[in-house]
Amino acid sequence: MPPLTRSLVKAALVWLVAGLMLGVVMQVPAAARLPLLRAAWPTYLHLVTVGWLTQLIIGVALWLFPRHSAARPRGSERLGWVTFGCLNLGLLLRLVGEPGRALGHDTSVALLPSAVLQLVAVGAFVFNVWPRVRER
Amino acid sequence: MPRLSVWMVRSALLALVAGAALGALLLAVPGLAGLARWRPLHAELLLVGWTVQLAFGVAYWILPRFRQGAERGRDELAWAAFLMLNLGWLLTGVGRSVAGAESWALAGRAAEGLAALAFAAHAWPRVKPFR
Repeated sequence: MPPLTRSLVKAALVWLVAGLMLGVVMQVPAAARLPLLRAAWPTYLHLVTVGWLTQLIIGVALWLFPRHSAARPRGSERLGWVTFGCLNLGLLLRLVGEPGRALGHDTSVALLPSAVLQLVAVGAFVFNVWPRVRER
Repeated sequence: MPRLSVWMVRSALLALVAGAALGALLLAVPGLAGLARWRPLHAELLLVGWTVQLAFGVAYWILPRFRQGAERGRDELAWAAFLMLNLGWLLTGVGRSVAGAESWALAGRAAEGLAALAFAAHAWPRVKPFR
């Protein structure tokens, strides 16, 4: 398994644990009354669907999809790392900013870059993997 | 990668880009007029258009093939699943986002259900030991 895929899959596992632990805390009656946790539902959803599911798919796709070429079998390594960095930094910013906004604070300083970073991550991944999705 | 998998995976990648772009707007500028109502389309694009469709595409590609007859079995069912799934997320996403189009959502969910049935019927015989 190449280093990029190892990083993506391990980060996905970290987000899975973090997301499901957050889910546990959200169900504890005493904690569930806290405004911060009542506002955490969208964050929980995105930790699991983006941090875990989508990141795991990206890691496995970059590893196992048909080869780009003999010289660069997995396409651009650099774009792969851009995807990894942007996706995880974007999620971290979301984790900070989203519950805060739900509580009425202005957290656009975190959420605006979070949105841009996650979109850049997706764009870099799709651009990188698109030529590898072809008939053989 | 077989032709149908190319169609499914590329459609899934396009749904990922569209869903992520809509999601980025919802996160960055939630107050933008009329934007919040498109949240169901964002969810349909990413849950059905991206993840379910990608799983279909990869499964069609890598599940065990047959030695005799058509190597991937009943292709027409898999193609039907591809068409119904994409019709399904589109109708459901728009139907749940636009006032007055609720009946589209019901048709969309029905299309998604039929897509699941068609793909399950295609894939079922291919879930077998390698020989």
